Amino acid sequence: MGQALHDLWYGFGVALVPNHLMWSVFGVLLGNLIGVLPGMGALTAISMLLPLTYVIAPIPAILMLAGIFYGSMYGGAIGAILLNLPSHPPHAVTCIDGYPMTQQGRGGAALGVTMMASFFAASVGILIMIFLSPLLEVVAFKFGPTEISAIMLLGLLAGATMSRGSPLKGVAMTIFGLFIGAVGTDVISGTQRYNFGINELSDGVDLAALSLGLFGVADFLVTINRKVIKASDAKVRMRDMRPTRAEMKQAFLPMLRGTAVGCLFGAMPGTGPTITTFIAYALERKIAKDPSRFGKGAIEGVAAPEAAAHSKTQVDFIPTMSLGIPGDAVMALLLGALIIKGIQPGPQMISEHPDIFWGLIASFWIGNVLLIILNVPMIGVWVKLLQVPYRLLYPSALFFICIGVYSTHNSLFDVIEVAAFGVVGAIFLALDFPMAPIVLGYVLGPLLEENFRRAMLLARGNLAVYLTRPIAAWIIGACTLLILAQLYSYARRTRTPAPLPAEELLAE
Amino acid sequence: MKPLRQYNKDRVSGVVLLVLGIAIVAQGLEYRMGALTRMGAGFIPVVLGTLLALVGVAIWVTAEPGDFGTAKSMPTEWRGWLCVLGGVLAFVVFGIYGGLVPATFLSVFIAALGDRGSSVRVAALLAAGITVAGVLIFVYGLSMTFPLFTWG
Repeated sequence: MGQALHDLWYGFGVALVPNHLMWSVFGVLLGNLIGVLPGMGALTAISMLLPLTYVIAPIPAILMLAGIFYGSMYGGAIGAILLNLPSHPPHAVTCIDGYPMTQQGRGGAALGVTMMASFFAASVGILIMIFLSPLLEVVAFKFGPTEISAIMLLGLLAGATMSRGSPLKGVAMTIFGLFIGAVGTDVISGTQRYNFGINELSDGVDLAALSLGLFGVADFLVTINRKVIKASDAKVRMRDMRPTRAEMKQAFLPMLRGTAVGCLFGAMPGTGPTITTFIAYALERKIAKDPSRFGKGAIEGVAAPEAAAHSKTQVDFIPTMSLGIPGDAVMALLLGALIIKGIQPGPQMISEHPDIFWGLIASFWIGNVLLIILNVPMIGVWVKLLQVPYRLLYPSALFFICIGVYSTHNSLFDVIEVAAFGVVGAIFLALDFPMAPIVLGYVLGPLLEENFRRAMLLARGNLAVYLTRPIAAWIIGACTLLILAQLYSYARRTRTPAPLPAEELLAE
Repeated sequence: MKPLRQYNKDRVSGVVLLVLGIAIVAQGLEYRMGALTRMGAGFIPVVLGTLLALVGVAIWVTAEPGDFGTAKSMPTEWRGWLCVLGGVLAFVVFGIYGGLVPATFLSVFIAALGDRGSSVRVAALLAAGITVAGVLIFVYGLSMTFPLFTWG
């Protein structure tokens, strides 16, 4: 306890170094800006700015990326509430009640509540992270290659099956991502794999190129001339953002419950943020005295999911940093950025790079305070940005994608990769495949392969080692349980075609 | 051939994955396989390809008839597709034969023409604006190495 506070104090020292603080502010501001723009979510924001982090030192780089991440989450909520436009999937739930509030002229209050709920939830998440991470670190030291590969498998399975849509398709995309991660030089034997004689591929597929292809170009290909994105005529001023006393009272308990849901799901590797917000919303509707108010501008329906999203985001950093297993695609991108910087997240990270770990935690708090300071006076600017038409937006974004990817290795070949993954991504999107598991698989692929091969080398090729080592056996048991649960729900669905609660919500 | 949207999306998905999986396995067999004790470079990719093909079969088998998914609501949009992809490829081609200024201008210009609400004038203005901003930010601001004008 005392140690954690001491470490936290040290973290503030790292995060408040002017150079670090500057990048953190820059990330928050840029993330918020991109998040507000229609059609640009957290994933697009982080991928677009990923190349920029290659040129700066590891600590400011990760502080900036984290800033971009939660900045874009705030920004996305603005678009969801004022425009009914969820640019980041977790905000889809916020739209259900946030937009009706805007129509009733309470959009400002919805934004105000979102901001409070997010700040509160993030603070709780950060506290949990401070006290839980060192504990997890102790456990993590007992992990050998067998346990690490087993828990990676669990994370991948959970990521594939516990998102929205068909679990089989999630699994397919995870495997596809693992394969993409295998392209390039095999680290153990040095063999060139799947590079088809192209020299540029011997270092593997570029992370920025892959994510910008999947979350940028593919999205443009699917969206162009299809979605009519109306400009918002909502006018929100600073003083509109203060919720009334009654609204505050209504939002308070849902905020607490949402935070709890988020914390619970954040600790589980692989559960995406979208499913978390859906569960928080469903919970509120279930326990509400008058469920019919939901969907018509109930403030609880805004406060709970937003709180859940933000506490989950913070708690998600625990498995990402201490085990090296990202909870979702955004975490996978952050993890990828750390690996590029030569920092291997995992049990050793907290002791080897305490400056990064504790600096990051402290910067979360600073960043969240910054967001409140930024968002309240700048709300007018953000509302103006919502009116930028899509036809001007996507060509500009396309240029930033091209030059960003080029700048990573000063190579135009990477830009061709972006186009290729854009086409692949668009085809998969049209066939209703989820995109996020690809990135998860891609980042974890090489790590999983290395650990699995090492585990097999140590066990002389005996797969039973996964069942004889106790920790690994527990994890494999959890994997089996996940698969059985999916089979059960499939069997039940085919017998009685009752829609799942999440699907029912989506249909509204 | 019928347009894609008239096929059952899960059947199409299954076939796509099956073909992809088989292709990965076929190429993976070219590399050393090894055994579980000492896995060669080809081992993991072959396993992944096999799994992908199996998942493809599973998706094909469990496909619900008449389920066309989002593809149904996605009519072909050649103008948008060609312009977005053309924009990216223009950046590559004119980046090699032309330099940053023509590459930026043409890629934004071509991409902007993809939207049906856009006009040549709007696209040109946007492209000019982005070119100026891009040069200022990336060449003068971040001192990136990309010649403004070049030939090959």
